[in-house]
Amino acid sequence: MANLKKRFEIKARDFVRAGEVSIEVQSLLKTIGFRANDVRRAAVCAYEAEMNVVMHGGDGVLELTVDPKNIVMDFTDDGPGIDNIDLALQEGFSTATPEYREMGFGAGMGLPNIKNHADSLEIHSKKGEGIHLRISFIVSDGP
Amino acid sequence: MKLSAIKKILLAEVITGHDKLEMPIERCTACDLMSDLLTGPNTGSLLLTGLCNIQVIRTSVIAGLTAIVFVRGKRPTEELIAHAKKHDLPLLTTPFTMFSSSGRLFSKGLRGVEKTLPKSDS
Ligand SMILES: Nc1ncnc2c1ncn2[C@@H]1O[C@H](COP(=O)(O)OP(=O)(O)O)[C@@H](O)[C@H]1O
Ligand SMILES: [Mg+2]
Repeated sequence: MANLKKRFEIKARDFVRAGEVSIEVQSLLKTIGFRANDVRRAAVCAYEAEMNVVMHGGDGVLELTVDPKNIVMDFTDDGPGIDNIDLALQEGFSTATPEYREMGFGAGMGLPNIKNHADSLEIHSKKGEGIHLRISFIVSDGP
Repeated sequence: MKLSAIKKILLAEVITGHDKLEMPIERCTACDLMSDLLTGPNTGSLLLTGLCNIQVIRTSVIAGLTAIVFVRGKRPTEELIAHAKKHDLPLLTTPFTMFSSSGRLFSKGLRGVEKTLPKSDS
């Protein structure tokens, strides 16, 4: 399997497309031949992170880097950033608006869920400076 | 049980996926919280939901769900149906509430997605 690097753009507040990038990533990883469980883990994390960019962040980018042993997803956006990262990582913490809750989001489970599904999660952010999320997976038995 | 049995038990109408009624359904999950679909291992299960927006379809695709039943007679928009078709996801609608739908399916033997049950619940 060849190494791969791909860039996807994510627009803030674009609910017409919200989640489509993650669905594309899911089908790409499936096509490459990663095991179902690794595809599932990566897709869930991509989706949580993408929805966060759409709901809380600013316009952003996902850079997907794949080799036979690793899947790495770098999310960056130029939104308001996260003031207190430890707090944001707590289950149940959310600044989601009632509008997002009506859509079934805003339970404050996104970041904790990413942490549970990924092999590593790095968050770099400062208030007013957007975010950089690096989500990495070691794939058990690469194709 | 087959999707066709679920259709019968819930007096449901098939909106899309008429060709998939033979599909076996092993497990079921009922929720309105999209985050709940993403935390657990829901792959392969049926979804009962009262939410009827495009994000339900996308979340279901990501979580690997096999079919969706909208409760309380909710009807998806054309846009939503088109999305479900694109991802081969059958959509049904039932007049029953979430509680009654769950009860009807459970009493006919369909089970949830929990991995292990507490000992006292046998
Ligand atoms: N891309 C982002 N930009 C700014 N804030 C974010 C971003 N992602 C997450 N956050 C903050 O972290 C909180 C927790 O995120 P998460 O665990 O996904 O829960 P939820 O999305 O349900 O609120 C959010 O409510 C928000 O305040
Ligand atoms: Mg979130």
